[in-house]
Amino acid sequence: MNLDNVLQAVVMLGQGMAGIFVVLGVIALLVLLMHKLDDRKK
Amino acid sequence: MLDMSFLWQSALSVTWQQLVMYAVGGILIYLAVEKGFEPALLMPMGFGAILVNLPLSGVINQFSQGVGETHGIIQWLFETGIEASEAMPILLFIGIGAMIDFGPLLANPKLFLCGAAAQAGIFLTIIIAAALGFDLKDAASIGIIGAADGPTSILVSQVLHSNYVGAIAVAAYSYMALVPIIQPFAIKLVTTQKDRAMRMPYTAQSVSRRTRILFPIVVSVVAGFVAPASVALVGFLMFGNLIRECGVLSSLSQTAQNELANLITLLLGITIAFSMRADQFVRPETLMIMCLGLVAFVLDSVVGVLFVKVLNLFTKSKINPMIGAAGISAFPMSSRVIEKLGQQADPQNHLLMHAVAANVSGQIASVVAGGVVLQYFTNLG
Repeated sequence: MNLDNVLQAVVMLGQGMAGIFVVLGVIALLVLLMHKLDDRKK
Repeated sequence: MLDMSFLWQSALSVTWQQLVMYAVGGILIYLAVEKGFEPALLMPMGFGAILVNLPLSGVINQFSQGVGETHGIIQWLFETGIEASEAMPILLFIGIGAMIDFGPLLANPKLFLCGAAAQAGIFLTIIIAAALGFDLKDAASIGIIGAADGPTSILVSQVLHSNYVGAIAVAAYSYMALVPIIQPFAIKLVTTQKDRAMRMPYTAQSVSRRTRILFPIVVSVVAGFVAPASVALVGFLMFGNLIRECGVLSSLSQTAQNELANLITLLLGITIAFSMRADQFVRPETLMIMCLGLVAFVLDSVVGVLFVKVLNLFTKSKINPMIGAAGISAFPMSSRVIEKLGQQADPQNHLLMHAVAANVSGQIASVVAGGVVLQYFTNLG
């Protein structure tokens, strides 16, 4: 077992999941904002 | 006397590894035709696996003393359509994007988080693969099977120059087809009957045309800022969706959903068979990759369910934990599985629309995950 590779994979887990949550979280917030703007227009 | 040995010269040069590949090809065709498992991909892959493994096959480049070098069509398709530009999987995303209705997700944006959580199986599998001794790029390519998204798996493994593109493609498409078997097992591991019976009220909410049009643009820009390597994947998926939602390109939208998607799918399966040559495919690592792919799918579902259970501790309106498992990209199989399990627990429990929302979130999340993995290696320099 290459411990260095495993540690890098753990770093990838942290960075990867953070990246995915940030992207989808920001998109979700922007969608909510768009709904708010639509509601105001109505 | 007339020398007739040329008639059996080729047949006599068959290796046992090539015989194994004929069996693999036969199994893929059987699964596609008899069992209906992803037939559009597994059937061409199975047939292609036989073609590329015939001795001195004319579908791959060959060199002979008498003729010199000849070029094979499947090798050319692979080198041009996948190796040189990853064009085939990327173009397929236009068709996929044009097919997806993000309406249920836009009506309930909280479910974006389910798509994000269910990608954890990818990264956990990368750790396991690395621990088993795979090179980090190969481990990442194997982990991406957990994206439950064939084109993303092919693209990431190809960009990272993985040695196992064929095995990864076979695993990705086979397990996508096996979602109705894998997911109930994984979900039942971490839920009780009471969890599965939890009802969720659904009120159909209209989503404005402006939101539907802005959505693909917003997704592309946000994903591009955070993980530029994901732009090809996310951008083409969202381009297809923009064509669908803009309302003025209905003919292009229909073409993307039907002719384009069908043409690329037709060629992608037989083209990816180039990476199923016996010398590359028949090795112990292939079996390990098949097992790791299964682990990735199970972990996606388990983490998705556990994430929703944790989320429910902090929110007023509770989500059925099974919805978390629908955050994988396998659409619509995963949504159907959740609906079926919900109804088994309580015949009046209808979860389909919530599951669809999480499922389409998984389609975005899986391509973002692919981009994030590529970004990690880009940043390594």
